[in-house]
This record gives sequence, C-alpha cells and structure tokens, in this order.
Amino acid sequence: MSTTDIILQQLANGLIMGSFYAMVALGYTMVYGIIKLLNFAHGDLYMVGGFVGFLILSAISSLLGESWTAIVCSMVLSMLAVGMLGVIIQRVAYRPMLTAPRLSILITALAVSMILSNGVMTITDGEYMAFNTDLGFDGLDFGNVFISYTQLALVISASVLMVILYLFVNKTLYGKAMRAIAIDQDACKLMGINVNKIIALTFFIGSSLAAAAGVMAGVYYGSLHFSMGFVIGLKAFTAAVIGGIGSIPGAMLGGLLLGLLEAFGTQIPFIGSEWKDVFSFGLLILLLILKPTGILGKTEIERM
Amino acid sequence: MTNSNIILELQNVETYYGKIHALRNISCTVNKGEIVTLLGANGAGKSTTLRTISALNRATAGKITFMGEDITSKQPHEIVNMGLIHVPEGRRIFKGMTIEENLELGSFTLRDDVERKRRMDHVFEIFPVLHERRSRDSAMLSGGEQQMLAMGRAMMTKPELLLLDEPSMGLAPFLVKEIMRIIVRLNKEGVTILLVEQNARVALQLASHGYVLETGKIVIKGDAETLRQDESIVKAYLGE
Repeated sequence: MSTTDIILQQLANGLIMGSFYAMVALGYTMVYGIIKLLNFAHGDLYMVGGFVGFLILSAISSLLGESWTAIVCSMVLSMLAVGMLGVIIQRVAYRPMLTAPRLSILITALAVSMILSNGVMTITDGEYMAFNTDLGFDGLDFGNVFISYTQLALVISASVLMVILYLFVNKTLYGKAMRAIAIDQDACKLMGINVNKIIALTFFIGSSLAAAAGVMAGVYYGSLHFSMGFVIGLKAFTAAVIGGIGSIPGAMLGGLLLGLLEAFGTQIPFIGSEWKDVFSFGLLILLLILKPTGILGKTEIERM
Repeated sequence: MTNSNIILELQNVETYYGKIHALRNISCTVNKGEIVTLLGANGAGKSTTLRTISALNRATAGKITFMGEDITSKQPHEIVNMGLIHVPEGRRIFKGMTIEENLELGSFTLRDDVERKRRMDHVFEIFPVLHERRSRDSAMLSGGEQQMLAMGRAMMTKPELLLLDEPSMGLAPFLVKEIMRIIVRLNKEGVTILLVEQNARVALQLASHGYVLETGKIVIKGDAETLRQDESIVKAYLGE
C-alpha cells in the first residue's frame, strides 16, 4: 500500500468512527449545555439503542428481511423508544436533583448508567448478540482502498441526522429556545417558555441520536454487548470536550476530529491500534491542560 | 379606587431567600393604565418584589392577583401567557444570539408568524437602532441598546403589565432620558407599568404614584407629587 492509500483508507475509517463519536457527543453536549450535567448514562443509551434496534429488526425481519428498509425502520423506532427512555430518566432521576448540589446529580447519573448496563447484562446473560444484516460486503473498490456501501450509508445517515439537528437548533423556535435556556434559564421563563418541557425535548433528541448511533454501530460491527456504551461514552465525552462542551457544532467537529486522530494515530510507528484508547484519552488530558474550553467552547468560570 | 380598575394587587406578601426574610407583609396595587414606581435603596427588596410577582421567587404567604386571577402559585411561563412580563435587572438578553432571535423568543408562545412579524416591526419602529443591527450578535450591543432589546423582547409578548427593573441602570443621562421617553410611549399605547428605580427623581416624574421600600417593608406610599415634594423623603430614601 502506498502512503496515499493508507491516508485515504484511514480517512474513511476515521470519518466512520468520527460520525459515531459525533452523534453520541451531541447528546452529551446538549444536556451539559442546558442543565450543566455530565450525563454519564448517555453512553448506555447508545447501547440500549443498539439492542432496541436489534429487537425491532428481529421482529420485523419476517416482513421486510434484514434489508436497508428494515434497518432504517428499526433505527427510527429505536430512536423514538430510546428518546422516550431519555425523557423518563430525566423526569424520574434528574429533575428532582436539579436544585440539589451538583455532585448529587452526577452520582445519580452514574447510578442510571449502572442500572442500564446491568439491566441489559441480566437480560442478555452478558452474551454478545450477533446483529445480522443482509447488506452484503459490496462497496467501492479503489484498488488498495475499499469502502463498503454500509460504511458509506452510515456516514451519510449520520450526516443527514446532524444536518437536521443543526437546522432544528438554528431555524426553529423550539431549537432557539433550547439555545436560550443554555444561556439564561430565568430569562427564558420570563419569555413564557416552559423550561421543563424544553429540557425534556433536549433529552429526547440527545437520547435518540445516541440510539441511532447504537443501531449503526450494531450494523457496522455486526454484534452488540452490554458494555459497549462505556468506552464510547468516554470517547464521546472526549469529543465533546475537544469541540468545547456545550457547543453543538463543537460536538460534531470534536467527534469527527477524534475519529480521524484515532485513525491516523494508529499509523504512528510503535502506536498500533491497540494503543488507540490511550491515544484519545492522552489527547483529552493534553487538551484539558492546554485549552480546557475546547475549540469552539466559551470560557466559563464554574465547572464540574 | 374601584376594584375593576385594579390590574395587579399584592396582599400581605412574604418572601424568603433561604433564611433571609426578604419581603415582609408587602401590599400594593397597580391600576390599569398607570405607571407606578417602587423606590428604595439597594437591598430594600425592590427586585425581590418583582421576582415574586413573576414567580421566579415564591411568596411564602400572602396573595398576588393579576387581572382578577390569583397567580400566587402559578408557574412563571403561565403568568407570562396572561400578559404580565418582567424585564429583569441586568437586562438578561440572550448573548450569543442575534437581536432578531432574541425578539423571536420574546414571542415564543405565539404560533402565528404573521402576527410575530407585525409585532417585530412595531418593536423596530419604537427602537430603530435594533432594526439596523437585527442580525448582529446581541452581545455586541451597548448597555443602552441592550436595555432597548430587553424591553423590545418583552413587547413581543404584547403585555398588559410590564415590570421594569432598573431600566436606567448604568446608562448615560441622555440614554436615561431616551428610555424614560420610551416608557411613556409604551404606557400611552396602553401598557401598564410597574417601574423599579434607584433614580427616584426620574421615576417620580413619570409615575402617578409610588411606594418606598426599606428592608423588605413598604414604609411610605403616596402619589408622585407628594413624594417628590417631601424633602425628608427625598433625602432619607431616594438619595441624590
């Protein structure tokens, strides 16, 4: 393989991983922006999303097979279901904690994370689940560089979802209210905005994006495991911090950047792919030292 | 004073900030079409009174009535929907969002885009400077312009009653005049105004009557003329 081939192949790999990270990071950053909570359960919603998508796909595969139509259907349904789950978690676990000291809500988030991952572990007996699809292994072959149609479709769907989110947040009144709550909650109340409703909406959107990424990951890796949310949760957090936590374009940028850096990091001599995680968390530490507000983040005095 | 004319009434309202007894037994009334002012030194409870009316703080006792309806236990957004808008101290505009976006959020509860456009044009007519900068980040505005934006944003809800908390704070004298001129204009358009001010001389020129607060209690009430002419009041409570 020539250097150009390696660069192109890693670019493709990086973009795929990056769009997963970006989609999970978006939920992290939106929730942080609006109620200043690092939602540790967010990675687990990604995992639950994958399993719910898998369940729905199994249920409808007799009708639609395991084609793209069936996968898109299960992804959309999984997004709705996990979106609702996110709203319920917010209502039951987080809302009563909003007036409590910051640490209490963080611990609550950890507890929710454990409930979700252990719950799924019990249901699945801790086994890997094969996420079968009949998408095949066709793709675009450029000699030494190969990009499957599945990979291409994943990147495209992730981009479409992110463009929709971007338009929603910038062009609709509800999206603007979401941004406004992140700036000043009391002022929003004085505009007649039902703040609790907008917070619930934020959780819905963030959780459903995580679910979409979970289903995509199932399709991409071909298997699911209850622990799959943990590392991606940390990675998405890293991505959100890189982009500047609280910033929506920042999460997209941070996710893609992290995916690309990881992909290329594995090409550095003596750093193989087994050092991938060390590479990204090392990056997080460096960033926290050098530019803690991230690329697009604003300076903030109080942090948790 | 006929009852039907009263738009806002506070009866024996008490408010606590944690353990601090911030408002003690506050009773006051605002009639429809009036400009009423709340005066007092820093920390006297003026802002807390407004925050209690708009439900950002909760009254622990007493009753608040707006247009004949008890609003004491309503949520802030419900009160806004009834036509009572609070423009808080420090303007609290959405910095990082454009002037247009700020105004749109003012009409959040409105579903009619034609009406939204009409209200925005009206706000731009009152504050031409906002029109010039409509797509600029509101953080770039000067203090006076931010105050105009905060008032314009409140006007987007088509309020019956506007609570204004120190609109003249930190502004140069010519801007204070401009803001006061606008308050009078809004009042002539039919908006009732409850004005909190430290600049008592200015406030008493506009208001029909006023209340003076001291450590969370109303210590003096009367029509503006009387308050203005009572030198001891001016010296003791209103400053120079």
